[in-house]
Amino acid sequence: MSAVTKEQVQERVTEALASFGPDASEITPEATFEELDIDSLDLVELAQIVEDEYGVVLKGEDMKELKTVGDAVDLITERAN
Amino acid sequence: MPDASDTPAASWPPAGCALVTGGSRGIGAAIARGLAADGWPVAVNFNSGADAAAAVVAEIEAAGGRAFAVQGNVSDPAAPDNVFQIAEAELGGPVLALVNNAGITRDNLAPSLSDEEWEAVIDTNLTAAFRFTRRALKGMMRARSGRIVNIASVSGLRANPGQSNYAAAKAGLIQFTRTAAVEVARRGVTVNAVAPGFIATDMTAELISDELLSAIPARRAGTADEVAACVRFLVSQQAAYVTGAVLTVDGGLAA
Repeated sequence: MSAVTKEQVQERVTEALASFGPDASEITPEATFEELDIDSLDLVELAQIVEDEYGVVLKGEDMKELKTVGDAVDLITERAN
Repeated sequence: MPDASDTPAASWPPAGCALVTGGSRGIGAAIARGLAADGWPVAVNFNSGADAAAAVVAEIEAAGGRAFAVQGNVSDPAAPDNVFQIAEAELGGPVLALVNNAGITRDNLAPSLSDEEWEAVIDTNLTAAFRFTRRALKGMMRARSGRIVNIASVSGLRANPGQSNYAAAKAGLIQFTRTAAVEVARRGVTVNAVAPGFIATDMTAELISDELLSAIPARRAGTADEVAACVRFLVSQQAAYVTGAVLTVDGGLAA
């Protein structure tokens, strides 16, 4: 698989999170999932999208560590490359 | 997008297919025929009854519907992925309606119930339903649409001597249904259970006696089509707000 850039991951994660409710403008790297009202089911679905698109398997314990959108983007980018 | 000339029926079923496990005979075959009649392309899963499954598919096609038979032993951990891949490729869309119907009985009184009898019933009737549900929820959550119906049993609600393994599996299935329903409700996915009482099928042929029938308020065994009618309702667009429910179809036995 060719390298995935952080920008690509950021774009895809933002798109996925926006589909769960929050305004795309609120989805910044610093925004916390709590602020965005992104709950555990949303994160499960995000993990599925990430697995389908990048082949990155994120387990429950990985997701629990994530507090902000930037944390998720960094972890996904790192695992994908 | 549907245009104004489309009838409401044209947008439902959604662009996906239905999967019925254990769909080659009995209640499963009736459900497969019923969902096909409601417009769903139906994947008819079977384990050993290839001829019976082919007959169900032929019957559905003769009635103008679409169906495809998919072999798979539901208790195999690899079965969900295999069956979903084949069903979705053959029927051209994600599984948006799943009916976990495959079930077995290995009746025995608890003091003499073997580990094998216990495990076989739990694996097929409970664990397999969990695995198929987990697999189905991936696509359904993404589609923001889905219907899962688990075929439980009145034995999961009321004690029936000789069926402690079956009862444990079906009671587990009912509570799994309720919990999964609550978890995914806001994704437009419903998860419900249908709990049949004594239904005249191959599986129950030896069990139904005059004594047993006299214990049923309706004084008769039910039919597979009567169970299928309830499943068809729960899978319908009209049942969008029904989730986590257990619908008994038992002639009043559990009332």
